Amino acid sequence: MKRLVCISKTPDTTAQISFSADGKTFNSAGVQYILNPYDEWYALVRAVELKEKQGGTVTVLNVGLAENDQIIRKALAIGGDDAIRVNVDPKSALFTAKQIAEVAQSGGYEVVFCGKETIDYNASEVGAMVAEFLDVPFISYATHLEMDGQTATITRDIEGGSEVVEVVAPFVVSAAKGMAEQRIPNMRGIMMAKNKPLKVVPPVPFDDPVQVVQFSLPPAKQGVKMVSPEDMDELVRLLHEEAKVI
Amino acid sequence: MVLVYAESPNGQFKKAAFEAVAYGHLTAQAMGTTCVALVLGKADDAGQLGRYGATRVYQVQHSHLANFDSQVYASVIASAAQELGTEVVVVSHSSTGKSLLGRLAVKLNAGSVAGAKSVPNSESGFSVQKGVFSGKATATYAISSAVKVLSVMGNSLPATVVGDVASVEVLDVAVPAPRVQVKEVKSVSSGKAPLPEAELVVSAGRGLKGPENWGIVEDLADALGATTACSRPVADIGWRPHHEHVGQTGVAIRPNLYIAAGISGAIQHLAGVNSSKVIVVINKDPEAPFFKAADYGVVGDAFEVLPRLTDAVKRFKNS
Repeated sequence: MKRLVCISKTPDTTAQISFSADGKTFNSAGVQYILNPYDEWYALVRAVELKEKQGGTVTVLNVGLAENDQIIRKALAIGGDDAIRVNVDPKSALFTAKQIAEVAQSGGYEVVFCGKETIDYNASEVGAMVAEFLDVPFISYATHLEMDGQTATITRDIEGGSEVVEVVAPFVVSAAKGMAEQRIPNMRGIMMAKNKPLKVVPPVPFDDPVQVVQFSLPPAKQGVKMVSPEDMDELVRLLHEEAKVI
Repeated sequence: MVLVYAESPNGQFKKAAFEAVAYGHLTAQAMGTTCVALVLGKADDAGQLGRYGATRVYQVQHSHLANFDSQVYASVIASAAQELGTEVVVVSHSSTGKSLLGRLAVKLNAGSVAGAKSVPNSESGFSVQKGVFSGKATATYAISSAVKVLSVMGNSLPATVVGDVASVEVLDVAVPAPRVQVKEVKSVSSGKAPLPEAELVVSAGRGLKGPENWGIVEDLADALGATTACSRPVADIGWRPHHEHVGQTGVAIRPNLYIAAGISGAIQHLAGVNSSKVIVVINKDPEAPFFKAADYGVVGDAFEVLPRLTDAVKRFKNS
């Protein structure tokens, strides 16, 4: 079984978000970048667990520039066998998905794993796009995944509950909380990762139909209005008359 | 033309479907065109979508549509969009809509924006806003392709009634066979609105000290008609089910009112709730960081404040 795990780089969850004065670009100065948690904790770890139980390989894929090698090495330390980086700074989900689909197709990967979304753009689009480019099934928000040969049994979150589905590889799956537990890379993994192959490939040309033209921060909160813990009738009155939410 | 796919799980429309149609209507109005709705499979009273602005409702019926498979549904929606000559396709930003959006973008050679929260501006070009960085900022996206696909974030715009019942027309398009077999559906039915759709949410954290104390949270939620939620630590130690966990790694919500008791307000929690219109924080620690993100704050013991608030809500409802 050839598994491909798509990983993305995102600002740390605690990063201060700010933009250039004209609001055109994200201010990356001083921002700590991490491996997107959904890709790392759930997609990658589950792929590695399946490899440990059932054999086969786990290839890590990132679309990005050389500065991303750090998170790629971390993914290899967690248990990826090798890595591919498509050498381009992607501007949209569609562009990224096109690059992933090219790698998946030419490499003959059978299961493509991704996280349910990145924590920066929160779009949740790439997995479905990759599946469509490859013309294969897509199972989103998977919280549990078992493989028996080429057949997968997957539990996925749906509105107001969950469902259990069966699908035969090849397919794309997006991982949500519950799929696996976070793994901290150990020293041996970190040392081994340094010598694992990382192949850098050029992007395929693709016209990007979407771009961010403006960023803005939400208006600052007016400041909290404190209400006496003894007077909850006053809080109800404020919620009704002032905030108009009840 | 603007085409809105209106989800009808088990034959029933939910609020998200009406909001999507209302959003499609406003989009069509801004573009000087018409809005039509598409329903797939069973849907009770599909004509009611006309009330929210669909001038016509198209319905595709087929045994292959009995269960949701994004590949099948996207294929049918894209075929319908092409047959009807659609410029904009709108879906809900639900788990169903999110797995359709990317596929539709590829199928229709379209630029997409996931989780749109504003009506598109089509005066020069086509641009639309969405929340980014887990609600910490807003980005405006410009789409240059001929066809655009958008998923609309729940609770962004009201589902306003603007018209009357529309006529329902059967649409004949090819429906491929599903490749995903649904074996079992487990619904968590509490009778309350699911968290991503809820307008009122009452949430609690470790300050409640144990699962046996959740009665006072549920009492307040019942009095308000709100949905209950919890912080991550509470879900992780098993006091509350995981589907109630709101925050960065749990459910992201955007209710009109979010009441948080005994939650300190870690940045990861705020990322999931900071799109709430009004936030009330109840905490006995006046230094709790959550107060900085709150609209109303109460410094007090949740065990005293929550029952008092429940009584006040009941008095208000009865008056």
